[in-house]
Amino acid sequence: MRDLLFVIVACGLGTYVWRALGVALSGRLRTDSELFQWISCIAYAMIAALVSRIIFMPTGMLAQSALPERLVACAVALAVYFATRRNLFLGVGAGVATLIGFGCLRGV
Amino acid sequence: MSNTFTTVSPWRLGVSEAFGIPAAVLSAGFIGYGALSADAGYSLWLTTLSTVIIWALPGQLVLHEMWGLGAAWFAILLAVGLTAVRFLPMAMTLMPVIRDERHAPWKLYLSAQFVSMTSWAVCMRRCDDLPREDRLAYLIAFSVTCWSASLVTGAIGYYAGGLLPAVVRLGLVFLTPIYFLCMLAGDARTRLARISLLCGAVSGPVLHRIDAQWGLLLAGLLAGTAGYLLQRAIGARRA
Repeated sequence: MRDLLFVIVACGLGTYVWRALGVALSGRLRTDSELFQWISCIAYAMIAALVSRIIFMPTGMLAQSALPERLVACAVALAVYFATRRNLFLGVGAGVATLIGFGCLRGV
Repeated sequence: MSNTFTTVSPWRLGVSEAFGIPAAVLSAGFIGYGALSADAGYSLWLTTLSTVIIWALPGQLVLHEMWGLGAAWFAILLAVGLTAVRFLPMAMTLMPVIRDERHAPWKLYLSAQFVSMTSWAVCMRRCDDLPREDRLAYLIAFSVTCWSASLVTGAIGYYAGGLLPAVVRLGLVFLTPIYFLCMLAGDARTRLARISLLCGAVSGPVLHRIDAQWGLLLAGLLAGTAGYLLQRAIGARRA
């Protein structure tokens, strides 16, 4: 676990660097450049890739649920989220409750 | 402050405005993160430490998943660093609002650690109403309140897993992906963001199957670049 500690500290520094650089460069660099757009695309795509991978190929406990169950739960979450004018609590709550409901039906 | 009638301390204002929707939304995310960490077998201390020093849930989740898959540390660092680049434009646009000749530079660099999606969005909107010298205090008070709430709820999520029935634990572990799913879907207002999200969602599982350790980083780079180029191609055709 000592290696994990090292990686966490390194990632903390790797995150802070951008915040500090933002302070140093504020007022000196345009924030709407093509480079920024490209980088933000990469960040968006990476998080989407991670979430999609967790939903389609989960590791750990989530692997005990079935793929159709997770997909229905995602659909319910999104439907409730948009139907309630982007209420994050209701959307997330509905998705989690759906998966728990499926689990109860199967008797996890 | 002399020209205002009621002088509410910016510290108190920051704390009271963080309690409510901002802290509650973060808490939902961090309860899930705590439960996920417990499920993966990480210690509470390392789970808490990552919240303290990284303070960015997407990066923390990337680190969490890639470490679990045995990825090389520099691959993890690169991937987490890429998710954090968004803080650069955020800090660049927030600092001119916060800056005041009375604040020493080190205070601004300290406050930079608190630049997050939530604090940026709230402070950019709210600071216009505040006297310039009070804005830094407001940012710090607001952020430290959100931070504390996240640390406490992260620990609650971590321990709640062990106390609750297995089926509820399953729901808690599912909370983080669902949370990001809604956030990403709600956030994607531009076509550029939507194309990138879609490319990422398709490439994530595919590249994971090809190489679990480098898959995520590759998926981000390839899908993000594809999204960017696609948007430019569509834009060029329309123009």
